Amino acid sequence: MKKTLKRSNAPIFWALFGAGGMLSALLGPMLVFITGLAIPLGMLLPVDTMSYAKMLAFAQNIVGKGFIFAIISLFLWHAAHRIFHSLHDIGIHAGIVAKLICYGGALAATLVTAYTLLAIGF
Amino acid sequence: MNKRRPYVRPMAGWWRKNPFFVEYMIHEGTALFVAAYALILLTGLVYLSRGEAAWNVWLEGLKNPWYIAFHWLALAAVSYHTYTWFKIMPRTMPPVIVGGKRLPDMAITGGGLAVATTACLALLGLVWGIAR
Repeated sequence: MKKTLKRSNAPIFWALFGAGGMLSALLGPMLVFITGLAIPLGMLLPVDTMSYAKMLAFAQNIVGKGFIFAIISLFLWHAAHRIFHSLHDIGIHAGIVAKLICYGGALAATLVTAYTLLAIGF
Repeated sequence: MNKRRPYVRPMAGWWRKNPFFVEYMIHEGTALFVAAYALILLTGLVYLSRGEAAWNVWLEGLKNPWYIAFHWLALAAVSYHTYTWFKIMPRTMPPVIVGGKRLPDMAITGGGLAVATTACLALLGLVWGIAR
């Protein structure tokens, strides 16, 4: 018998899925509306809401940084987990390659987000 | 080469035969919109880090009719995700016992949707308040 019991890594991915699912359920619709519709179409909000100066200040603020990081990375961990578990339903074998692509993609995007936020500075 | 050719039951289109599974595939499919939207935001963040000219290119790009159409679809998909997320919640969370009785599913779903609506309106108010 093995001396150390092998523990499943599933709870980590499930927690990230849950966190991203909750965040996107709570704020997703309004975020899509603001950045994708209200600002480009000039509806409801002031036209300079997402001007360079304002968005740079937001991304340099520690709270803003945390918000941007949480939104982008958790949305992607949520989607990666859900897509990975739906692969079998559409006839694609959900093996190690699919797992590496799904979770690896989310991890890569998380690292790019973190790097870019640090590069923007404080 | 394997000479055996065992029968494999075809799977194509299995979910289209049952409305329950059609709904399941749609609510799982919302993940594609969540992913695409997050990647659009990530692209924006990278453009932001490259300076004002780059940022304005990204911001102007969002006015493209294809992006507008995508965001309308994404708004519908993510809103549907919100609805299903809280609809399933009574089964994804441990039972809540209030006064010796199990909290009814309707209360959990309704409460979740009320919190989501409040969170969305608060976010809009916050953005409006900061930008004004």
